[in-house]
Amino acid sequence: MPPKSTSSRRCGLFFRRKPVRWIAAGLVVLLLAAGALWWLSGGPEELIRTQARITVMSGPGRNEPVTLDTTLYRPSSASAAHPVPAVLLAHGFGNSKDGVSSDARRLARSGYAVLTWSARGFGASTGQVHLNDPDYEVADAQRLIDVLAQRNDIVHDGVGDPRVAAMGASYGGALALLLAGHDPRVDSVVAEITWNDLSRALFPNNAAMPNGSGTAPGVFKKAWAGALFGSNILRSPTNPAGIVNSANAVNSANAANQPSNANQLSAATCGRLSEPVCRMYLESATTGRASAQTQQLLYRSSPASVIDRIRAPTLLLQGAHDTLFPLDQADANARGISANGAPVHVAWFNGGHDAGAPTDAELTRLRDLTSEWLGHYLQRSEAQPASSFSYSNASGLGLSQPGVRITSYATAHYPGLSGNTAARGIALTGTAQHVANPPNGTPAALSSLPGLGALLSLAGNVPSVTGADREINGEHAQFDSALLHQPVTVVGAPTVGIRVSSSTSEAVLFAKLYDVNDNGDARLINDAAAPLRLTGLTSSLSDAKPVTVTLPAAAYTFDKGHRLRLVLATADQAYSGPAEPALYTVALAKNSPGITLPQVTARAQTSQDNGWQLVLAVSIAVVLAGVVGAVCIARWRRRHGSRGKPVLDVTLRDVPLAVRGLRKTYRGGFIAVSGVGFEVAANQVVGLLGPNGAGKTTTLRMLLGLIKPSGGEARIFGYRSEPGAPVLSNVGALVEGPGFLPHLSGRENLALYWRATGRPAQDAHMDDVLEVAALGEAIDRKVRTYSHGMKQRLAIAQAMLGMPRLLLLDEPTDGLDPPQIAVMRSVLQRYAVDGRAVLVSSHLLAEVEQTCSHVVVMHQGRSIAAGGVSEVIGGSTTVLLEVDDPERAAQLLRKLPQVEAVQHTGEGLVVTAPGDRSAMVAALVNAGIGIERVVPRRRLEDAFLSLIAQQPPVNPTVDPIMVDSVSAEPTSGVDA
Amino acid sequence: MSRKFGEVGEHVGVAVASPRASLRAPAPGYQPARTLSIRTELARQLRRRRSHIAAGLAAIVPLLLILAFWFGSSDNSGEKQASAYDSLVTVATAGGLNFALFTLVATAFLLLVLVALLFGDTVASEASWGSLRYLLAAPVPRSRLLASKWAVSLLCSIGVIVLLVGVALAVGTAVYGWQPLQLHTGTKLPTGQALLRLTAITGYVGLSFLPVAGLAFLLSVSIDSPIGAVGGAVMFHIVTQIFSAISALGQLRQALPSYYSEAWLGLLSTPIQTQEMAKGAWVTLMYATVLFSAAWWRFTTKDIVS
Repeated sequence: MPPKSTSSRRCGLFFRRKPVRWIAAGLVVLLLAAGALWWLSGGPEELIRTQARITVMSGPGRNEPVTLDTTLYRPSSASAAHPVPAVLLAHGFGNSKDGVSSDARRLARSGYAVLTWSARGFGASTGQVHLNDPDYEVADAQRLIDVLAQRNDIVHDGVGDPRVAAMGASYGGALALLLAGHDPRVDSVVAEITWNDLSRALFPNNAAMPNGSGTAPGVFKKAWAGALFGSNILRSPTNPAGIVNSANAVNSANAANQPSNANQLSAATCGRLSEPVCRMYLESATTGRASAQTQQLLYRSSPASVIDRIRAPTLLLQGAHDTLFPLDQADANARGISANGAPVHVAWFNGGHDAGAPTDAELTRLRDLTSEWLGHYLQRSEAQPASSFSYSNASGLGLSQPGVRITSYATAHYPGLSGNTAARGIALTGTAQHVANPPNGTPAALSSLPGLGALLSLAGNVPSVTGADREINGEHAQFDSALLHQPVTVVGAPTVGIRVSSSTSEAVLFAKLYDVNDNGDARLINDAAAPLRLTGLTSSLSDAKPVTVTLPAAAYTFDKGHRLRLVLATADQAYSGPAEPALYTVALAKNSPGITLPQVTARAQTSQDNGWQLVLAVSIAVVLAGVVGAVCIARWRRRHGSRGKPVLDVTLRDVPLAVRGLRKTYRGGFIAVSGVGFEVAANQVVGLLGPNGAGKTTTLRMLLGLIKPSGGEARIFGYRSEPGAPVLSNVGALVEGPGFLPHLSGRENLALYWRATGRPAQDAHMDDVLEVAALGEAIDRKVRTYSHGMKQRLAIAQAMLGMPRLLLLDEPTDGLDPPQIAVMRSVLQRYAVDGRAVLVSSHLLAEVEQTCSHVVVMHQGRSIAAGGVSEVIGGSTTVLLEVDDPERAAQLLRKLPQVEAVQHTGEGLVVTAPGDRSAMVAALVNAGIGIERVVPRRRLEDAFLSLIAQQPPVNPTVDPIMVDSVSAEPTSGVDA
Repeated sequence: MSRKFGEVGEHVGVAVASPRASLRAPAPGYQPARTLSIRTELARQLRRRRSHIAAGLAAIVPLLLILAFWFGSSDNSGEKQASAYDSLVTVATAGGLNFALFTLVATAFLLLVLVALLFGDTVASEASWGSLRYLLAAPVPRSRLLASKWAVSLLCSIGVIVLLVGVALAVGTAVYGWQPLQLHTGTKLPTGQALLRLTAITGYVGLSFLPVAGLAFLLSVSIDSPIGAVGGAVMFHIVTQIFSAISALGQLRQALPSYYSEAWLGLLSTPIQTQEMAKGAWVTLMYATVLFSAAWWRFTTKDIVS
């Protein structure tokens, strides 16, 4: 095998002949690479993860040890020479450090050392939950800052003062704020969905009485409190997975029913809650009221207690779908911290405790805000964040569940909950209505419940539960606006003035704002209710003082044609109202402007990132340029010819077909054609004769450019035949049976085939060709209905369309009956005139003999003989003699020198004698033997066997190149 | 003068053409660029039964949907809605535009199968009939044949989609009236703008079929079985859809061709958002470029043994 010469020749061909493909491939690779780069922009950095159990001393006396389970994530690039800032990342209630590991990794990859830990009472840390008490959880975190201070791969702002941000969500967010208030070493805070004042969050009161009683402890948020603390109660230290066993359940039920036993609280009852926290919850859950003690405990655990000491730049991310820590909690934090002169950004996002995970777009926005914030205030590399307030508003349906599409907006200054421009008043109508508080608060309307919230709201904007389903008749008053003539967007907390009289001088009400569409479906904005605890009420409405109700803050658009509906209900499943039945009368305040909707002027941030639009435009341009380029190159090549071997061999211009050393080796190593060479001269009908599997059809396919030869070439009138070579338009072909569109008639098939060649219709000679097909009326029937023979005749007719100068027919008589075969023979013989030629392949000697003037014999992929039919086949040395006296004749013939063998058969004598037969006949006549017949014996086998006997044995393992060079010589040349 | 010039021009034209012609010696009147024109290929394809079935389905399905709405209960108020389909079905009968949009979304899979059929069977069916070798021996240059087939498949696909949306718009308007497009959020878009957005959504939905069309085309030139080509492409779509529903795959899913198939929802947002559509269009374009290029590469280099 000479691999070197073969491969270099192939490569040469490849480069010379396929520039189009190379360019296309290059473009594709380029595009893919660009896309991959875009996708992976900013490759991930290696992280080092260190787990450690750190024991710190906390408690009021700083003498109570607690072991914290910590993990430090830091970029591998961090070192003493290249210190990085640190982030203390705290987790949420009921979670552990594992819950923030993915956030920690993401931050660490952006170049921060991130310390996560399981808070006391959670995960693998020891201790009990003190609800972010300054002496416990906050002290623990301060000791962790001390740990960071000892590391030299962390940036230091002073001795023992590492540059560190406190970050966390919910429970962790409050810890971050409290830590910043208690420890000045904290350089920045990122607090997500967290509280300002836990007492106001768990006992909200959204009513402002003229006498200032709005600050009175509000209505207990029993559902959320139960979801948070109750689940912890049923989780004993030995049973941290929260599997409730019946003993525990009974214990907790008993404990809840008998607050007097609270001093006997056992570990099994309170789980990992510390005793004060446990006691506080049990008391609140039982009475629905906040005692002074409870208020004090909750205040200690609230950022509100240290808000005047927080000077670290603070990013507050608050969810719009959060009935646990609503937007007003973030508002209180923002106002408090801003008052100290520290930079604050408040971001409202589509999410929160009621919603599931934020959508991808919203998550991206929060991450961008965070990285911008830390990038400036911690890494000090990025520009100062330009805006102080951003919010998002549902604007349609998104890609994935829960599937809300949002648009985000931003303003330079935080407007608070009352907007930064003149508020809009929308008039409400409705007379005074009587509403009843049901005994024990049941039945109660449904606003939102923990866990259910995500399902109910679907993060927002779909009317999932209509107002009719939610409100209970007789327990609510409603006041509607007129139809809106234009869309109205509210950003902030709407306010409305009402009057209430009560049979008991007190009232608990739940104010809710609905969006009612033109079908009457009412949607509760953010599924949030504003609980009101009103005291000192009169029994007559006429004496009632106006009360200002602040509804839950929201960013929401009421569409044109909708109306607003204010609902005041007496009971809500999420809250703990009075158990005693009572009757209230509710009306709008006198001279009320209706509901006041705060307005914010902000810029939409949809066009923030046009990267993909640009990438798309560039990609389209590149693809179009690639297509245009490929077409141009293809055209140019077609006009100027391929630069391989010469296109035209002038010496063969008048030879219809010249085949030289044609070979075909398939990929598996199978050699279909190992060396074929012959010529078809003008006015010849040449037979390509060989048994099935000799390679006849493969040869014909190569002549037509359907199969690429592995070697050698075929020239048609001197031009190289290759795929799509124009010279093929001079060739009509039938290869391996007919191929027609079955749904069209024979005539339509021929007409469309001719149209496909793009040549003038008058050159088709359609009538002559249809005569050859001789299909009669059937020509207008669908080809689907044809017999094989009919299709075969149609295929021959198709090959003759346009009277091509060379006809290649593969087994043309297949399926024809004898009369049709006879007709076809004469057609072919008449066709090969005026310089035209016909090549007919067949495995039938008789057919070749009767149709063709010349023959090429193929065997095992090689042409082994070529010449006139009589020379090749008729040159058979065997003759059949029928004589009147076979015995004598045989004796006589055996004596003749040229006779090699004489055999008796039933037909007569079979004589093998090369050379002239006349001497043989003369000898018999001279001997007086009567000759009835002298017939050459020309059986296919005989012809083949004698021809094969003259050939060197074909060895399939012989290298094709060698076969090529050997076979090219003896098999060329058919005399004209 | 001008006439004479014209004659000269014609004469010169022949004189210039003849050396070229003699260089490659085609039969008189043969020009590679005139073989298998789009019109010819359209004539060959449009009379096939599969084309009639595709067009018939596109025309009948909107009527069936109208009937379903007519006889079925339209009370969906209590149901939970999360997907694009759910959000559109509630407002499907609000007007002709709503009905057309709903029909487009509800029948997206049918359209995808039809597009896969049109692209997947175009070359493979010729191979299975045996007519492919005769076209190539005519000779229709292989790139030319593929370009015509591609263009006709594309035209037919566009035709089917436009027919379906057009019929839906027509019958929807006849039954429900010419109303502004009502969105599930309650917003109403004026008819003119809504028609523009419906057109853009139809365009994007059609665009999102290109990766499947590309695979069908690649399979069509690679294997000689039309069923295999169409089935393979549809299977590919189903598999990618399954993968894009597996949230554990995270960001990787964004590289799947079907991940952004509902990004047109951005056009129903106020203000409209095109970010996801741009991403989706880019992903689609990449798949289409690679698959169609691969199909072309394969077809221009392969041995035709069918």
